[in-house]
Amino acid sequence: MEKTWNNKAWFMVLPVLVLVAFSAVIPLMTVVNYSVQDTFGNNEFFWAGTDWFIQVLQSDRFWDALQRNLLFSGIILAIEIPLGILIALNMPKKGLGVPVCLVLMSLPLLIPWNVVGTIWQVFGRVDIGLLGYTLAAIGIPYNYVNNVLDAWITLIVMDVWHWTSLVVLLCYAGLVSIPDAYYQAAKIDGASRWAVFRYIQLPKMKRVLLIAFLLRFMDSFMIYTEPFVITGGGPGNATTFLSIDLVKTAIGQFDLGPAAALSLIYFLIILLLSWIFYTVMTNSDAQS
Amino acid sequence: MARINLDHIRHAYGPNPTKPSDYSLKEVHHEWNDGGAYALLGPSGCGKTTLLNIISGLLQPSEGKILFDGKDVTNLSTQERNIAQVFQFPVIYDTMTVYDNLAFPLRNRRVPETEVDRRVTEILEMIGLSDRAKKKAQGLTADQKQKISLGRGLVRSDVSAILFDEPLTVIDPHMKWVLRSQLKRLHKQFGFTMVYVTHDQTEALTFADKVVVMYDGEIVQIGTPAELFEKPKHTFVGYFIGSPGMNVLPAKIDGSSVDLDGQTLALSFAPKFAAGAKTELGIRPEFVRLGREGMPVTISKVEDIGRQKIVRASFANRPIAIVVHEDGEIPAEPKITFDPAAINIYADSWRVGGEA
Repeated sequence: MEKTWNNKAWFMVLPVLVLVAFSAVIPLMTVVNYSVQDTFGNNEFFWAGTDWFIQVLQSDRFWDALQRNLLFSGIILAIEIPLGILIALNMPKKGLGVPVCLVLMSLPLLIPWNVVGTIWQVFGRVDIGLLGYTLAAIGIPYNYVNNVLDAWITLIVMDVWHWTSLVVLLCYAGLVSIPDAYYQAAKIDGASRWAVFRYIQLPKMKRVLLIAFLLRFMDSFMIYTEPFVITGGGPGNATTFLSIDLVKTAIGQFDLGPAAALSLIYFLIILLLSWIFYTVMTNSDAQS
Repeated sequence: MARINLDHIRHAYGPNPTKPSDYSLKEVHHEWNDGGAYALLGPSGCGKTTLLNIISGLLQPSEGKILFDGKDVTNLSTQERNIAQVFQFPVIYDTMTVYDNLAFPLRNRRVPETEVDRRVTEILEMIGLSDRAKKKAQGLTADQKQKISLGRGLVRSDVSAILFDEPLTVIDPHMKWVLRSQLKRLHKQFGFTMVYVTHDQTEALTFADKVVVMYDGEIVQIGTPAELFEKPKHTFVGYFIGSPGMNVLPAKIDGSSVDLDGQTLALSFAPKFAAGAKTELGIRPEFVRLGREGMPVTISKVEDIGRQKIVRASFANRPIAIVVHEDGEIPAEPKITFDPAAINIYADSWRVGGEA
C-alpha cells in the first residue's frame, strides 16, 4: 500500500507541541541554560561550560547523597514489592470485604506528602508523640532527631505505610483478572500453593509489577517532602538525599549553576535507571 | 478408573434453596460405569458444567453423595479424587515450555522423571506438538494451547475418570474430527471412564457409547444415539437431537385414535396418560412420507442440503419439516403420511407408549 503524505496533519499536533513546549521543554531548557553559565546577580551571566558538572561530579556531597538515595530506594523496593504482593494475595476476592479493603488500602494514598511527613514527625516525637513516647516509656531508646538509624527507620516505615497500598492495588488488579479456570486447572493438576503462585499468579501479575516497580523506584528516588518535614536532612547529613541537597544548593545558597547541573544529573540518573530496569524486566519476557 | 455413582445430587448456587427453580441442578441420580464413554448433551445453562464440576470436586453439591467405586468421596478434594479435567478455554502455564506444561500434573505427583518423559513424549506425539516441545507455551495459537490443555488431561495414566468440558470449542472443524477420533482410540486402548460435555449433538453422538441429555437442570434421557433418535423420552430430546429436530404437533388422543386439528390418525396402540395432560404427537422429519395420498399439506419452502431436501410445510395450521431424498419428487398437490412405527406420543412433554 502506498503511504499518503498529508502535511496538514502536522497542524493537528501543534497544540500538543505548544503545550508540551511550555510545560516541559522550555523549563528544562532554562535549567540547561543555567547549568552552563555563572552569575553574580544583576542578570549578568558568564559562560562556564562544563565547570559546574565537573564540580558536582567531583564533590563528595553529591556521591554521598546519591548513595543514600540508592540505599533508600533499594530498601523501599525490597520491602514494598514483596509486602504488596503478600497483602494482595490475601485480600478477599468477593463479598463485602472487597470494598472495605480497597477503601482502607487507598486511604494512605489520599494524604498529601507534607501531611504524611507531619503525621510521622509528631507521631515519633519523644516528648509528645504516641510512638516516640510509648517506646521511651517501655525503655527502648528511640530518637529520630539525633540517631541516624532511628531517622532512617522512621523514614522507611513511613514510606512503607504511605506507598505499599499502591503496590497492593496494582497487584490486586492483576490478580482479579485471572480467570477461575486457571485455579481449577491447577487444582486438577495437583499444583501446590507455591506452584499456583509461581506459575499462575506471578506471571499474570508481571505487567502490573513492572509498573509498580518503576513507579515506586522513581518516587522513592525523588523523595523530598517527607524527610524535609521529619528530619530536615539530618541528623547531620544522614538523610540528605539528592533532592534535599539540590534545594539547599539552589535556594539555601542560591548557587544556580551547580544546582542546575545537579538537577540535570539527577534527572539523567533517574531516566537511565528506569530505562535499565524496564529493559531488563521486559527482556526477560521477550526471551521466554 | 472407577465406577462413579451420583446419589441424589442437587445443587443450588444461592444459599437456602427452597423451590425447585432455586436449583441449577435438580435431582441427579445416576451411575457412570467404569470405562464408559459418556457424552453430556444439553443447551447452554442446563447444568452440564455444574454436574461436571461436582464430579471433579471443584464444586460441593448442596445435597447428595458422590461415590467412586462405592467409596464416598463427596468431601474429598479434587486432588484426592484423582480426576483429570479439560476446560472449555485453554489453560496453559505461560512461563513453562510445552513439555513442562504436560509434565506439570505428573511432577506435582512426584512421578519418576523417566516415566514423565515417556508419557509426555507419547502425548506430544498424539497432539502433534513434538517439534515445539522446548518452546514456551506462550506464543502458541489458541488451538495449540487447547491441545496442551487436552494433553494435560490425558497425560496421567492412573486417573479415576477424565472429564471434558466442551474441550473442542476453540478448535477448527477439521482438527475436531482428528482429536475426537484420537480420544475415542485412547478410550478403547486404556478404558478410561470419560465424561464429555458438549452442546453439539454430532460431537456427542460420535464420541459416546451413551448420551446423557440434560435439560433445565435435569437428566431427561440416557441412551445410545439410536435410542435418542428413535424414541426420544422427552419432546426436548426430540427437538434437540436430529437436524432438523422432531416435529411435535398438538394432538387430541382418544383411545388409539389421534386428532391432529381435524386430521385423524389411528395408532397401533392406546397410549396411557393422566387425564387432562397436554398431549402431543412427535414424528421425525425422516419418517414423514411425502406423496399423493394421505393428509394435505401446504409447502412453503424447500431447502436443498445436498443428498437430501428439507421441505418446510404447513400441516394442520402447524409448521412441519419433511426430509425427502434428493431425487424424491414433490407432487403438485402434496399429501403426507406418517410411518406408524416412528410415531411417539407425549403427555406433558414426556413420552408415553403402549409397549412401555
